[in-house]
Amino acid sequence: MSAGLPAVAGRRRNADRAARAGLLVLTLVALVPLVLIVFELLSKGLGAWSWTFFTTDPTGRFLGDPGGIRSAIIGSIVMVAIATAIAVPIGIGVALYLVEYGKSSRFADVVRYFVDVMTGVPSVVFGLFVYIVLVVSQIGGTFAGWKGSVALALLMLPVVTRSGEVVLNLVPDGLREAALALGAPRWRVVARIVLPTALPGLTTGSLLAVARAAGETAPLLFTVAFVNGLSLDPSARMNSLPLQIFNDVGQAQDRLVQRAWGAALTLVVLILLVTLLARFIQKRSRLA
Amino acid sequence: MTPPYTRPTTSPKDMTELETGGRDPERASVAERTDGAQARVIAPAKGRTIALRDLNAYYGDTHAVRGVSLDYAANQVTAMIGPSGCGKSTLVRCINRMHEEVPGARAEGQVTLDDIDIYGDGVDPTSVRRVVGMVFQKPNPFPTMSIFDNVAAGIRLSGTRGVDLRERVEWALACAGLWDEVRDRLGAPGVGLSGGQQQRLCIARTIAVEPEVILMDEPCSALDPIATLRIEDLIQDLKERYTIVIVTHNMQQAARVADTTAFMLNGELIEHAPTEKIFSQPADTRTEEYVTGKFG
Ligand SMILES: Nc1ncnc2c1ncn2[C@@H]1O[C@H](COP(=O)(O)OP(=O)(O)OP(=O)(O)O)[C@@H](O)[C@H]1O
Ligand SMILES: [Mg+2]
Repeated sequence: MSAGLPAVAGRRRNADRAARAGLLVLTLVALVPLVLIVFELLSKGLGAWSWTFFTTDPTGRFLGDPGGIRSAIIGSIVMVAIATAIAVPIGIGVALYLVEYGKSSRFADVVRYFVDVMTGVPSVVFGLFVYIVLVVSQIGGTFAGWKGSVALALLMLPVVTRSGEVVLNLVPDGLREAALALGAPRWRVVARIVLPTALPGLTTGSLLAVARAAGETAPLLFTVAFVNGLSLDPSARMNSLPLQIFNDVGQAQDRLVQRAWGAALTLVVLILLVTLLARFIQKRSRLA
Repeated sequence: MTPPYTRPTTSPKDMTELETGGRDPERASVAERTDGAQARVIAPAKGRTIALRDLNAYYGDTHAVRGVSLDYAANQVTAMIGPSGCGKSTLVRCINRMHEEVPGARAEGQVTLDDIDIYGDGVDPTSVRRVVGMVFQKPNPFPTMSIFDNVAAGIRLSGTRGVDLRERVEWALACAGLWDEVRDRLGAPGVGLSGGQQQRLCIARTIAVEPEVILMDEPCSALDPIATLRIEDLIQDLKERYTIVIVTHNMQQAARVADTTAFMLNGELIEHAPTEKIFSQPADTRTEEYVTGKFG
């Protein structure tokens, strides 16, 4: 039992090995569903992909050619673009207020708290909210693409604000001080120094919010409603990828379920592209 | 200790005068520089006299500067020395009204540039900062900007019009002794320079707005000895045109660059005298203990 140094070291090495092995197993377990999802998506979705799949609209006919998903792709892009145009300026504006002006004031803390609460609100609630406020009240007709955009924007807003706040806080105070000491008014410091320095990070945060919103179904269900044909008019009903999938999956026909898989794969690829773009921009950021 | 002080009877001058007063618009001339490069001098012929009267500065309840009265002579280098936390940075930041940018911070008392009270009613801090430039401890070029844009930043940020940017940038870089090193890559990012070059870039950025006073808060503490010597040489050149206040922890540096030296302790000014006197026969025993390394 004169263990001495080597024995202790050996025991520690074994403990280390066991811990590593345990963590590796857990990691693999976590990867299993992800791999399965990707595999299923690819195997079922790729089969649906074809030129006409992307260039024709759903026909809605029960028999014959069901059509592709063009209107869904374009509708999703239009609605998410409008939602981005609403959520990004407001979200970054709020973040700028919190970081540059509000700081640790009471009001800023209240705003931060509500932003956090908003982050946790389920997306269906935003859908219901817009349904009550904009659809039931018949403002500008009933279901409309822009109402879906409002619901998506509400969903994106806390994401943009929170990530914006983090990024703006990363801008070193020394830069603000240097600019102020040169005789710059505060708003110019924000516009010419803080925003350009934070721009890559702000873009990344906004793109992640876009990726999040693009896949949401619930906010669109009661606000846009489903329609087959192509529409570029956001004041009318629009198709969208999530609703297309939602509709097709429930159908009894294999061809329609097949189209749902194809649409799902399309949606995942689009979101992946946005996420990759976000990561690429993040890498080029000069902030930590 | 504080001489009785009465407010000047003249009302605070308007700030356009602070920005242009005392300058000769026709002073542009060509000067021979020590390194042989020709630089067009557009700078004022004279720095400003700064007078602090019973200056108190606070961070919330922390009383960081306690009743300091001090005169900085024009075109002289004054070193501020004292142990860490004694209020040197705070004091210096009161001179360009940067102190009030810290949340909860405030300053009381009087700071005059020549005879203009910079804490007077209706004085815009931004116009004070155009006249009183500042160089910080850590070189902090704007990361999104090229070398050229960094130097031009002050002119653009302060909304000054009618300046020949190219000429001004070249002049400022030459004054900061950086022109020869960067003339071929003005479009390269400012953060791509070495630490010492970055600090000279920051000095060029400061003098490009043509201040009359330059505050330097430990400008060499992030630099190696050779880069430090270059900056010290530069300070000697700059004092012909500017009044310079330099905070330093390095006693040799104070001895090398400063005409007068002020010693602070616990927020109070203990002694201000010609530099040789501070280091050889200080009037106060606390100064002596500090400069001989007995504490701090
Ligand atoms: N932002 C701040 N908030 C609160 N207190 C501060 C702040 N900055 C400085 N102080 C306090 O004010 C006092 C003076 O600080 P100051 O930075 O002026 O000292 P200093 O002489 O420049 O020190 P150093 O040589 O370490 O730079 C210190 O007691 C410090 O704790
Ligand atoms: Mg300091």
